[in-house]
Amino acid sequence: MSENAIVVTDLQKRYGEVVALDGISFSVPAGTVFGLLGPNGAGKTTAIRILTTIIHPDGGSASVLGHDVVRDPDAVRRIIGLAGQYAAVDGLLTGRENLRMIGRLTHLPPEQVRKRADELLVQFGLADAGDRPVRTYSGGMRRRLDLAAALVHRPPVLFLDEPTTGLDPQSRQDLWGMIRELVADGTTVLLTTQYLDEADRLAKEIVVVDQGRIIAEGTPAELKAKLGDTVIEMGFADDDTARKAETALEGVSNERAERESALIRLSSSAGARVLVDVLRRLDGAGLVPATLAVREPSLDDVFLSITGKHAEPAPEAEPKDQKQLARAGGGR
Amino acid sequence: MSAVATSLAPRERHGVGRLGEATQDSLTVVWRNLMGLARTPQLLVFSTIQPVIFVLMFRYVFGGAIKIPGGIPYVDYLMPGIFVQTVVFGSMGTAIGLATDMQTGLLERFRSLPMARSAVLVGRTGADLSRNVFVAVLMAIVGFAVGFRVHTNLIEFLGGMGVVLLFGYAFSWIFATVGLAVGNPETAQAAAFPVMAPLVFASSAFVDPRSMPHWLAVWARNQPVSATANAVRALAGSYPVPPGTIPPSTVSLVLKAVAWCVGILVVFAPIAVRRYRKAV
Repeated sequence: MSENAIVVTDLQKRYGEVVALDGISFSVPAGTVFGLLGPNGAGKTTAIRILTTIIHPDGGSASVLGHDVVRDPDAVRRIIGLAGQYAAVDGLLTGRENLRMIGRLTHLPPEQVRKRADELLVQFGLADAGDRPVRTYSGGMRRRLDLAAALVHRPPVLFLDEPTTGLDPQSRQDLWGMIRELVADGTTVLLTTQYLDEADRLAKEIVVVDQGRIIAEGTPAELKAKLGDTVIEMGFADDDTARKAETALEGVSNERAERESALIRLSSSAGARVLVDVLRRLDGAGLVPATLAVREPSLDDVFLSITGKHAEPAPEAEPKDQKQLARAGGGR
Repeated sequence: MSAVATSLAPRERHGVGRLGEATQDSLTVVWRNLMGLARTPQLLVFSTIQPVIFVLMFRYVFGGAIKIPGGIPYVDYLMPGIFVQTVVFGSMGTAIGLATDMQTGLLERFRSLPMARSAVLVGRTGADLSRNVFVAVLMAIVGFAVGFRVHTNLIEFLGGMGVVLLFGYAFSWIFATVGLAVGNPETAQAAAFPVMAPLVFASSAFVDPRSMPHWLAVWARNQPVSATANAVRALAGSYPVPPGTIPPSTVSLVLKAVAWCVGILVVFAPIAVRRYRKAV
């Protein structure tokens, strides 16, 4: 149980001048989900590509179930599965043909090739669509097939590069359920994501990466304890009003309120209680927020609290804030 | 709890060595690419219409104005050139196919599988060779329909078609390199034309280089498309011989063409393989 399925030590990779990985280290206990959390360009995909033997690191080492990814790539390839952000299946082949192709290329015996393809189509709810060309599939179906393709040879270690990016909420839930089932069966999963809630729901441990470095690590509970589990965002008519509100709200939560022009963000672990206090104080000061959102912390909040900057550089503060409010409202 | 799953992928397959495994993997990729071709018949139709238009245009529009030395009928001179042009244009499909696989992420998946490293490129060029066989047969039928005749015998003519197919295969590796270098099907298509145009049009494929300005004729005489077209002409008995000159032997013309094919393969196959290993 304490055995590590994946061990990464001081991994480095650069592309010309750009440092993609600046010495990251972590290990993944067998039979668990491990989350690599970070914004676009943090180095998550680079790490996955090295671990799946697609590219070579410039320094450091990595092994999967004891096999070094550089020295023994063939052994690694036999025991891993990869499902990506861009559903890597052949649009001209049918779902069944895609799975059979992967079965053959992983050198399963012919009768297993057929059996596994049929099993997986049923398991992933694609049995009816199995004989249709994949180009007629919806985004969610393609993604399910992509995950199925990664599982044809029952790899004990699975790499998922942003498995739910761009999926609708229902497809996301479905995929999460499938990942949980795999882990229950003993599979080790390394998952990259931009969504804190996804890492929270699936992963036992998380590392947060930024510009090729690990900036935080721990269990989801530990990370959230730092942050609080509720974020309250209030938009005001102008910067002046917001400044007044900031003063009025001093000491309302164990965490300090942060102001960014006309927007105030407050995180708390006391949840709804704090919201009541906040509204009471604002009312007492005669201030009415123009917008109000209560949501779970996002990757961006983790970044703000650890690095003091946003996860992704926003060209202007204003539109970024608007987007966040819209996102909070949309319940993402 | 720690019922650690075990992979179904075997360490080694029974009864096949490394080469056998590479062959089976390549055949799987050939199958996959041919299925793709079969599901996009419109692509095959359009890529066949183009050379047919060339045949009709050169045979009936320009043909009357083009005189070939030695009294060779123009259609007999033209068709070997058309065969070569067809496989060269067709090998653009290799670039587009690989660039598409790169863009969709399928190449990345292949490279994470325990399959032979060579299989993706061998499978792609192999599938394109099969398509070329089909298109070459079709173009031969079109040729015979517009009056093309073989003046030697069937064996030599088939040998000529073999040289054409070998040349098409070698050319596929040039375009494999192009496709992997650009990594995007639209760009691959755009990048292919400047590679092909000077080779196909500034050659002996459609007209005798003797009619070209000296500097261009030098190029046209000494490049692979001309060499291949000339070899096919020699094997079909339509190599132009101006009165009072001694033609090169058929064997020397065929060897020259084959040497080009081998040379292209020796240079471009390793480049394409290196690009494949780095492509993400």
